[in-house]
Amino acid sequence: MDRPRHQMISPRRGRRGVRSVNRLPGAIIAALAAPAVLLLAGFYAWPVVALVRRAVTADSVRTALHDRSLRDVLWFTTWQALLSTLLTLAVGLVPAWVLSRYEFLGRRWITALVTVPFVLPTVVVGAAFLALLPQSLDQSVAAILIAHVFFNVAVVVRGVGGLWEQLPGDLVAAARTLGASPIRAMREITLPLLAPAIAASASVVFLFTFTSFGVVRILGGPARPTIEVEIWQRATRFGQIGVAAVVSIAQLIVLGVAVLWFARIQARRRQAFGLRPLAERRRPRGVRQRSVVASTCAAIVVAICVPLGALVERSMRAGDGHSLTAWRAVFGDEQPTSRRPTSVSTLDPLGSLFTSLRFMVIATIISVVLGGCVSLAIAALGRSGRVLDTGVMLPLGTSAVTIGFGLVVAFSRSPIDWRAAPLMIPLGHALVATPFVVRVLLPTLRSIDPRQRDAAATLGAAPTRAWREIDLRVIRSPLLTGAGFAAAISLGEFGATTFLTRQGRATLPIAIEQLLGRPGTLLHAQGYVLATVLAVLTFAVISVVEVARGFRRA
Amino acid sequence: MLEVRAVSVSFDDRAVLENTSLTVADGEIVALLGPSGSGKSTLLRVIAGMLRADSGDVLLDGAVINEMPTHRRNIGLVFQDEQLFPHRSVAQNIEFGLRMRRWNKTDRARRVAELLDLVGMGGFEDRRVTDLSGGEAKRIALARTLAPSPRVVLLDEPLTGLDRDLHDQLTGEIARLLRAAGTTALHVTHDRDEAAVVSDRVVSLPDLGHPLQLGEGGMNRP
Repeated sequence: MDRPRHQMISPRRGRRGVRSVNRLPGAIIAALAAPAVLLLAGFYAWPVVALVRRAVTADSVRTALHDRSLRDVLWFTTWQALLSTLLTLAVGLVPAWVLSRYEFLGRRWITALVTVPFVLPTVVVGAAFLALLPQSLDQSVAAILIAHVFFNVAVVVRGVGGLWEQLPGDLVAAARTLGASPIRAMREITLPLLAPAIAASASVVFLFTFTSFGVVRILGGPARPTIEVEIWQRATRFGQIGVAAVVSIAQLIVLGVAVLWFARIQARRRQAFGLRPLAERRRPRGVRQRSVVASTCAAIVVAICVPLGALVERSMRAGDGHSLTAWRAVFGDEQPTSRRPTSVSTLDPLGSLFTSLRFMVIATIISVVLGGCVSLAIAALGRSGRVLDTGVMLPLGTSAVTIGFGLVVAFSRSPIDWRAAPLMIPLGHALVATPFVVRVLLPTLRSIDPRQRDAAATLGAAPTRAWREIDLRVIRSPLLTGAGFAAAISLGEFGATTFLTRQGRATLPIAIEQLLGRPGTLLHAQGYVLATVLAVLTFAVISVVEVARGFRRA
Repeated sequence: MLEVRAVSVSFDDRAVLENTSLTVADGEIVALLGPSGSGKSTLLRVIAGMLRADSGDVLLDGAVINEMPTHRRNIGLVFQDEQLFPHRSVAQNIEFGLRMRRWNKTDRARRVAELLDLVGMGGFEDRRVTDLSGGEAKRIALARTLAPSPRVVLLDEPLTGLDRDLHDQLTGEIARLLRAAGTTALHVTHDRDEAAVVSDRVVSLPDLGHPLQLGEGGMNRP
C-alpha cells in the first residue's frame, strides 16, 4: 500500500461546482422533493397555522397570561430540566472519559450498553423506574430526575466521549512537563478543549428534558406536570383548547429559537475543530487505573440492567410470589375474559402489540420513501438545498405533543373528521421520524465527491444515469439504518399518539400508560409485560440495524 | 483532432485562462506543462465539458462541441485522484463506460480482461477498489478510461503524489499504453521529465496565452 485509499469519498464542493454543467434535471429534483413537501405542508405547517388561529384570540391569551398555575408549570419545567442536565453531565463525564481514553476487553459492549436507554421508548424508561423505585418516591421529582439521567446519559457519553477520544494525549503530557498537576491539566487543557462538546450535549439534554412527556406522565402523575403534560391536560382533560394552543405556540417559538441557536453553535464548533483523526486509547495500567475502569464498567452494567430487570420482575410479580399470570393474561388464549378486562373498557393488551406493529410498518415505509426522496433532492440541490433541509427538520424542533395537538385541532372540523382516520397515527409517526431518516442519509450523500459524477460523465453517463449509478447505489445501506430508526421511533412514539389514539386502536406505549395508571395488581403486571415486550422489540429493531451496519463495514 | 480556440475562463473576476488555444492532432500525445494554479485542470474541465468557458470554442474533428454535454463527447479523463467508484469492484469500474454504451455482458467481460492484461493486473476483476495500492489504482483508472476507446484521452496529473520509483515506472507504462492504443491524448503535468517521456510534443500553458506568468519564477518546480 503506497498510501491510504479510503479518501475517495471526501467532501469537496468548490466554487467550480456552481458552474458545473452536468446537473440533474430540475424536474426530477422537484418530483423527489414534492412528497415530503406535501406531507410537511399538510400535516405540519397547516396544523401549526390551525394552532396559531386557535391561540390568537384575546381571550385565550389573557387567560393564559393570568393563569398562576401555568407560571408554576413553566418554573417547574425549567428547573427540573436544568437540574436533570447538570446531573446527567455529572454522571456522564466519568464513563465518557473511561470509554474514550482506555482500551479494554468488552469496551465496545459497554459503549453499546450505555446507548441502550437512549433508544428505549420514554414510556418504557418511565415504567422501568416505576417498577424499581420504592413507593415513597412515586410521583416525586427525584424519580423524574433519575429517569432523565438514565435516559440521557448516552448523549453525554457519546457526545463528549466522541471529542475526547480525538484529543491528542500528548497535550496533557505537555502540560504536565510544564509543571501542571493532573487536576490543573484537566482544568486548563482538557476541559476547555471539550467545552464545545459539553455545551452541545448539555443543550441536547436540556431540550429533551424540557420537553419531557412520557417519563413525566408515568412517573410524575398529575401533580407534577411539565409544559408538555400541561398542554395535554388542558387540551384533553379540561377542554381548554385555546389556552393549550397558546402554551403550545409559545413553546414552539422558544424551542425554535433554542434549536437555531444550537445549530449556530454546532456550525461554529465544526469550524473551530478541524479534522483530528487521532485516536489513541491506552490499556489501563496500574492498580488505580484498572480499578477506575473496572468500577465504572460495573456501575454502568448495574445502572442499566437493574431498572430493566425490575421491569421483567414486576411483570411476573403476583401477590407475594412470582407467576406468569400476567404474561398468560396478555398472550394466553385460555382466559379470553381476563384478556379483555371490563374495567379497562376496550383496552386489549395483545391487540395493542399488533396495532403498534402495523403502524410501525406504515410509518417506516412513509418516512423511508419520503425521507429518501427528499434527501436525494436536498443533496442534488447543493447549496440551495439548505432551505429545503431546514424545512424538513422543522418537526424535529417541535415537540411531539405539539405535533399531535396540532393535527387534532387542524383536522377536527369539516369536511371530514380526519382525526379518526386510521392513517393519522402512522402519519404523525412518519412526521417525527422523517427528519431522522434525512439526517442519516444526507451525510452519506453529501460525502460523494461531485467529481465522481464527472468521472461517470466522461465515461458516457448522462446526468440522470450518473446519479442513478452513484447516488442511488450509495444510499442503500444508510437507508436501512434510517428505516431502523424510523421503526424504533414509531414503536415508542407517545406524545403525538396520545392525542390521536382512539379506543380500540391503542398502541403499545398508550396501553402501557393506561394499564400502569389504573389500580389493580394484575393490570399493573400486564403493563410491565407490555413494557418488557416493547423494550425487546425496540432493541431487536436497533440490533438488526447495527448488525446490518457491521456487515456493511466488514 | 482536438482544437481549443481562444478559450477564456475566470472565477470571481480572476482570470484563470485567457485566450488559450491549443491543437492536438490525431494520434498525437501532447504534454501540457505548467505550475500549479496555471489553469491546466480548468482547461481539461472545459475540454471534457464539465465547465463552460466564458468565451472561445472547443472543437472535435472540426465540429464545435461547446454545447455538447460531457457524456456525449466521448472524451475520457484520468483524474488526478482517480475517482474510482468506491462501491464497485475493479471489473465494475472498468466496464462502467461499456455499460453506458450498451455493450453486452460477454463483450464487456472480454474487454475488461483485455484491459487488465494491458495494465498488468490480470485477475484483479473482483477486487474492491478501496483495497488497491496507489499504483494499482492509477492503472485501474487508466484502464477504465481506455476501455470504451474514447476519441481523446485527457490525463490530469495522473502521477502526482506517487513515490519516485513508482512514478518513473508508471510514466514509462503510460507512454507505452497510450502509444499502443494509438490514442489522441492531452497529458497535464508539472514534471518536465515526465512530459518528455510520455509525449510527442510539449507545450507550456503560460505560452498559450495565460496572463499570469509574471513573478511566478521558475515555471517548473519539481
